[in-house]
Amino acid sequence: MQTQEEISRLETSIHDLLLEAKKQGATAADAGLSVDTGLSVNARLGDVETIEHHCSQGLGVTVYFGQKKGSASSTDLSPQSIKETITAACSIARYASDDPHAGLPDPDRLATEFKDLGLYHPWGINAKDAIELAISCEDSARQYHPDISNSEGASVDSYQGIRIFGNSLGFLHGYASTRHSISCSVLGERDGNMERDYWYSVARNHNKLESAELVGKKAAERTIMRLGARSLSTRKSPVLYSAEVASGLIGSFLGAISGGSLYRKSSFLLDSLGTQVFPDFIQLHEQPHLLGALGSACYDSEGVTTKANHIVTDGILNSYLLGSYSARKLGMQSTGHAGGVHNLCINAGDKDFQQLLQEMDTGLVVTELMGQGVNPVTGDYSRGASGFWVEHGEIQYPVQEITIAGNLKDMFQHILAVGNDIDYRGNIRTGSILIEEMAIAGE
Amino acid sequence: MDNSVLQLAKQAILVPTGLQESNIHRVMDQLLNGSVDNGDIYFQSSHYESWVLEDGIIKEGSHNIEQGAGVRALSGEKTGFAYSDKIDLTELLSAVSNVQAIARQGQAATIALPSHGTYPQLYAPINPLNSLSDQEKVDFLRKIDAETRKLDPRIEQVIISLVGVQDHILIANQGDSLVGDVRPLVRLNVSVIVEDKGHREQGSMGGGARADYHYFLQQDRALGFAQEAVRQALVNLEAVPAPAGSMPVVLGSGWPGILLHEAIGHGLEGDFNRKGTSAFSGRIGERVASPLCTVVDDGTLPDRRGSLSIDDEGTPTQCTTLIENGILKGYMQDKLNARLMGVEPTGNGRRESYAHIPMPRMTNTYMLPGESDPEEILRSVKKGLYAKNFGGGQVDITSGKFVFSASEAYLIENGKITQPVKGATLIGNGPDVLTRVSMVGNDLALDSGVGTCGKEGQSVPVGVGQPTLKIDSLTVGGTNI
Repeated sequence: MQTQEEISRLETSIHDLLLEAKKQGATAADAGLSVDTGLSVNARLGDVETIEHHCSQGLGVTVYFGQKKGSASSTDLSPQSIKETITAACSIARYASDDPHAGLPDPDRLATEFKDLGLYHPWGINAKDAIELAISCEDSARQYHPDISNSEGASVDSYQGIRIFGNSLGFLHGYASTRHSISCSVLGERDGNMERDYWYSVARNHNKLESAELVGKKAAERTIMRLGARSLSTRKSPVLYSAEVASGLIGSFLGAISGGSLYRKSSFLLDSLGTQVFPDFIQLHEQPHLLGALGSACYDSEGVTTKANHIVTDGILNSYLLGSYSARKLGMQSTGHAGGVHNLCINAGDKDFQQLLQEMDTGLVVTELMGQGVNPVTGDYSRGASGFWVEHGEIQYPVQEITIAGNLKDMFQHILAVGNDIDYRGNIRTGSILIEEMAIAGE
Repeated sequence: MDNSVLQLAKQAILVPTGLQESNIHRVMDQLLNGSVDNGDIYFQSSHYESWVLEDGIIKEGSHNIEQGAGVRALSGEKTGFAYSDKIDLTELLSAVSNVQAIARQGQAATIALPSHGTYPQLYAPINPLNSLSDQEKVDFLRKIDAETRKLDPRIEQVIISLVGVQDHILIANQGDSLVGDVRPLVRLNVSVIVEDKGHREQGSMGGGARADYHYFLQQDRALGFAQEAVRQALVNLEAVPAPAGSMPVVLGSGWPGILLHEAIGHGLEGDFNRKGTSAFSGRIGERVASPLCTVVDDGTLPDRRGSLSIDDEGTPTQCTTLIENGILKGYMQDKLNARLMGVEPTGNGRRESYAHIPMPRMTNTYMLPGESDPEEILRSVKKGLYAKNFGGGQVDITSGKFVFSASEAYLIENGKITQPVKGATLIGNGPDVLTRVSMVGNDLALDSGVGTCGKEGQSVPVGVGQPTLKIDSLTVGGTNI
């Protein structure tokens, strides 16, 4: 297989590179190589708009001179440039300070088993077929409703890549992966006001993608539902985060328990290990070895083995997310989270979205959030939102130009339910999340 | 153009790769030979370094090189694009054959674009990375760290980052000889965490320019950033919950100009308006702001972070009036959208790198000063919010709804600033927020050189600015109801 040959060739480059780093005086080093190719097409108003051919490569190297660290990267993989990149990293390391916590991971934490996680499924689609697929996706959206008035188009993307990582402790591994997606964004117009929404499907294997027609239909449906949106008066009410925005809420939690935020004391969840951070029905577990999943990996960005992990059990925080550096800073051990989590799953409740609406009875459903308004140090939260106002468990009308605000620590403690409508399109897999009360500001 | 800049760009890109100018002509001929209207090749060689000080030590540094070439073919509304990290003839010819798939069937309609004469060079073609020795860079960071820690005993953590970039650009356009640019960019950032009686807060301030590292040594700029970061963090320690609801809002001068960037800037980019997807589409000549408001996008300010001598399509930048005395005057254009809308390009065609397609993007977007004294503006508010500093923002250009998040804000009561409130998101509607501007200060200030704008996954450096402004009613997303 050609890919396997390419992986072997690149593994040899990493091997040579680590030797070269040693030759230049480094006491330890790690290095990563990536080679990616991809096709991206966009069709708009029934015709092709752009065809992009992607082909990129990159090398990153980190060297240690004792406890001093330096890094360099380059997109030029010629032997001469590789040598210069190592030299650049070494030259920086000489000016860095001695940092007692710097260094490669503890050797016994490095991955030694490399399961095939089913991440590589080349599609082989050509530009012409991709364009046809994009056009059929957009057609399905444009034909959905007479109020669909314009389009930003539909896209089909297909990427494949190889990642190799190695370090001077003898770790060396490479693998190939793919990622394909279909997306669509259309506009609707009613009474002179325009709204836009989108939908996408993404998967490692193109056979797992939603059909182009379905992606188009969902994009149009979402746009149509937003037409006629109004603001709300300022009030307090329950808020239901739909699954596609609930992952951001869990993302803020993961940020707060990650090593970098903790040792910098820039987290609102300092010293929270072993404490109740969610209601007792919440379980958060990580499944890094799920076959074909978007976040799957055998090892983290330092080569440390990833394991199935219970991060939150019955609402109690069991584990921080640590890489080697932050672990040493905190006097702990790496949890295999350099570079983040791998398939973080929340336990689904038994209610679907409709049942969550009924449980909420009266309140706000949020389907889109805007802006960055989260203070990671205090947990203070204030973001722009749009969605729907709900009464008696039924959607009444779309809303926009409002903000929702609270404090994350508080919001996590007051989760009332998690839906079983899990969104599988990312590294964080959650259903819709119902929060007891937030402040809504509007007209 | 300054001829020496072109020579420097050629030296940085062509000499190491061995590519001859005659090769470029050959590739261009091949590119335009197909049934395409137009095409270009964008060569780039970019050197980037960063140094980070944390916990009082130089924790890490990195040096990064990115180089490659992007080939684009345009045909009607269609774009074919391919790029390569290798700059050589074989790769370029292969890219050309890929992009020509976009060409229309039948007749070619080659479009001659006007050649540009001379234009001013807005920054020196220097290499910031070499402007201080590595030893001087780390000594400098250590010195700021020590000075920052002396500012207040409540400081717990100081993180300082220093970043420098040198970008060499060569652009081959149809019928034109090569144009080039050498673009320096530096940035320094100081962030602190303060702690008092168990409460922690953060503060952050930075700045930069198209200059070298000496920029931070001048006028005590670096120490100024540190003082500002500490001041903001300490103010936020005292902050009470922000109010929720609609109220008069006074925006400070300078970086709060991110209002203009989000609320109207994006909505006035040519691509959205050609496609009719912006809330501002088809509204040229209409009133979109109070008569006090004149807003420009100006890529020609010397040494500014958002400035460019030529944009990424080789068009010299200019000062484009977007809104004049409240009336919508014009959009920001790249070549493709200008041609399709039948107007001239405005020097706003920008791209993150050779691996990205150019689009209409902002440069430095700001509002011209008015006549009010900022004190008088505050005095005019009975009950409202004074938002002095902001984090980021975002806009939905179709509905016009935008947000931006205050990082330092105060209550105004009976014309006086009373107490600091926690950061809150402000939300409004682009096409009408500026119609509610009732006072414009005489204190125009530009930001300190920190802006980065994201659009369709591409980041480019930008600038913003404004005088103190009063908006009669804007929704403030606090928790205090």
